[in-house]
Amino acid sequence: MHVHRFERIWLVAALGMIVLFVGTVTYGAVVAGYGMVDAEGGQVDATDPTDGENFREPGVYNGSEPGHYDVYVETRRFAFVPGTAEPIRVPAGSTVTFHVVSVDVLHGFEVAGTNINTMAIPGQKAVVTAEFDEAREYGIVCNEYCGEGHHTMAGSLEVVPPGEFNATAEVSA
Amino acid sequence: MAHAHDERATGTAEGRELAAGERLAFVDQYPAAARVTRLCFGVSFTALLIGAVLGIVQALHRTNVFRGVISSSDYYSVLTGHGVLLALFFTIFFLSGAFTWGTSRSLGRDLPNPRFSLAWFGLQLGGAAAVAAAIFGGFVGQIPFEADVLYTFYAPLQAHPLFYAGLAAWLVGTWLAGADWIRSYLRWRSDNRGERVPLQTFMVLTTMLMWYISTVGVAVEVLVFLLPLSMGLIESVDPLLTRTLFWYFGHPVVYFWLMPAYFAWYTILPKLAGGRLFSDPLARVVFVLFLILSTPVGFHHQYADPGVAEGFKFVAMTNTMFLLLPSFLTAFTVVASMEYGARRRGGSGYFGWMKALPWANPAFAGMALAGLMFAAGGFSGIVNAGMNINSLVHNTLWVPGHFHLTVGTASALTMMALSYWLYPQVTGKRLQLYGVAQVQPYVWFIGMALMSNAMHRAGLAGVPRRTAEPQYDQVSFEAALGSIPEMRLQIAVGGALLTLGAALFAAVMLATWFADRGRGRLRVDSHLPEPISGPEDAPRVLDNFRLWAAIAVVLVAIAYGFPIFSMVADGPFDPAAPPVPVGVVDAALGVFLG
Ligand code: HEM
Ligand SMILES: [Cu+2]
Ligand SMILES: [Cu+2]
Repeated sequence: MHVHRFERIWLVAALGMIVLFVGTVTYGAVVAGYGMVDAEGGQVDATDPTDGENFREPGVYNGSEPGHYDVYVETRRFAFVPGTAEPIRVPAGSTVTFHVVSVDVLHGFEVAGTNINTMAIPGQKAVVTAEFDEAREYGIVCNEYCGEGHHTMAGSLEVVPPGEFNATAEVSA
Repeated sequence: MAHAHDERATGTAEGRELAAGERLAFVDQYPAAARVTRLCFGVSFTALLIGAVLGIVQALHRTNVFRGVISSSDYYSVLTGHGVLLALFFTIFFLSGAFTWGTSRSLGRDLPNPRFSLAWFGLQLGGAAAVAAAIFGGFVGQIPFEADVLYTFYAPLQAHPLFYAGLAAWLVGTWLAGADWIRSYLRWRSDNRGERVPLQTFMVLTTMLMWYISTVGVAVEVLVFLLPLSMGLIESVDPLLTRTLFWYFGHPVVYFWLMPAYFAWYTILPKLAGGRLFSDPLARVVFVLFLILSTPVGFHHQYADPGVAEGFKFVAMTNTMFLLLPSFLTAFTVVASMEYGARRRGGSGYFGWMKALPWANPAFAGMALAGLMFAAGGFSGIVNAGMNINSLVHNTLWVPGHFHLTVGTASALTMMALSYWLYPQVTGKRLQLYGVAQVQPYVWFIGMALMSNAMHRAGLAGVPRRTAEPQYDQVSFEAALGSIPEMRLQIAVGGALLTLGAALFAAVMLATWFADRGRGRLRVDSHLPEPISGPEDAPRVLDNFRLWAAIAVVLVAIAYGFPIFSMVADGPFDPAAPPVPVGVVDAALGVFLG
């Protein structure tokens, strides 16, 4: 088969670029340690996630180490619990693991402007971990269509100075 | 001889001299195929026009520029109509028409059985009409239809059974259409043993093999799970499993949108540019690569899903990146063919040759501009494919920004451009409103440049897709580039130009449809010049469809076997989510909407 010289150069360059893309993603996953949402969260009951071992009552909990927190969030049409009626509050300088489930249909859990962005699928628990260095407020949006009120489904995440957090701690052990 | 050949190759406005009474039009040679092609195009264009009207409603509503038409909770019926009519029906009906034309033309024979062809067309149309009725019934309170589940219809959201039944009928219609083309091919094969498969037929067959392999997923999803669920025959589904079955089909369908465009870029664009295709063998390689690589990548739509192990996502990511290869090769061929044509038309210089291209020919201009936008769409697609960067843009407005460049322009504008060239041949009528046709591709291009760049930037700021409201009480979006109000305005203005573009296109097609057949010469010439490097240069193994299909199936088994197995190991309906019918306004909604 005859392949023109320019075409061959292009082919090699294209393959090189592809290998480079795969390489950067691999680097991000393996070296930089950017963890994907995956199957580690395990399964939960599709309509009553707190029923099993895998999921606690929604809320903010002390994690396994100091400075680590676990946030259990239930998504439902059309609210985050916690998040919508009351903000999720964590202290600045902490590492936070979000455990996100849905009790009805698919929802999204996106902390706007960050890369915390996961699906909530009935029957599955999503686990995402992030570090919050400075005190500030973030918006949370549902970014998967979940019904006629989808555009009302939002919430907020408040990263507060550590002093303030202790004052109003919602942390249960 | 060479001279006459060349003249025909360059003549797009002028055909060769015709003998008295002789016509070049396809319709005169293959009347049955021309009829089916016309019917398919008619449905396709209707879907495009309705979809475009819904598009402008959305663009104005979600940017808050004008919202008198619908309420925010009706937005999702509109969005479902827009997605289904454009992404499924406009594209696939067009494909059905173009492929009917392409097989008949390249095999040199009319339809094997015109009744059978009408039957598959009827089944596709009936299915599509049922789906549309289920969607638009949602606007009419008295009718029990509801289907605002968007074109991805993720369970356990549940539409009216008519929606799923219509989808199934339409799908079977597409399968039969493929069978029709395969049958034509087999008949040709038995008359032409040992000959190379003509290029256009080769493209049709590889595309259809890909379609058969990938639609199995959605067929199982609809027939085994969603239709029975909506009819109350089963009580629950596993949402992760049905979603996985959807995306097993949902990515390959992207190539079903693109293949008609590639088909046009390889076989027609070079001629319109004034030259001929560079390499027939490489075109075949590209289609084979699509066949084997496009199905085992669906997990790249599920990077953000819990319940899918990172390893499977990684396999899909790697496949996806390699799937860039056939597109890179196509980019080369398209640009090289244009340059070759331009130089033969007297163009010169590094970039100066571009001026020599026939930019006033709407068929050429549409395809060339579509190709240009596809390059931009390709880059934003690489971001989507990059597993970890993806979480910055997942489900944000970036995503519709991306696919309005790819399917909304690369495919859609190429299809419109191809129609300017093809429609006269299947009707035997001269293209009407030529001046309107000449500006139309530019209107679309400018509209899309505005709308999609603003969508991409809004996505980076975190603005979600698929939402009726620009503003969330608890959230403020921070733009890295430009400001949010400016982006909204651009989306609205761009959307208005796009809808104008669709209306101009519809006007040309309608005027041509109603025009007299007349005796005059057609404005196009159907001759397609031979490639510089022809099929005789292609290794024989390329035409071995069985081999490629087998490899495709093996790759699918590798990418999907284990994840699907682990999802059904606990029972195909477990974890069990009961259906949530759409359109039932629950109490919570009342509270939230005030
Ligand atoms: C007339 C020109 C068009 C306009 C004004 C337009 C506008 C829009 C807008 C504003 C959205 C909604 C974004 C959202 O809320 O998430 C959208 C979504 C979409 N558009 Fe278009 N569009 C046009 C043409 C097209 C074409 C030609 C196609 C495909 C061939 C297409 C396919 C889609 C799809 C698949 C969606 C996503 C639906 C979903 O997320 O469920 N559009 N469009
Ligand atoms: Cu939601
Ligand atoms: Cu939602």
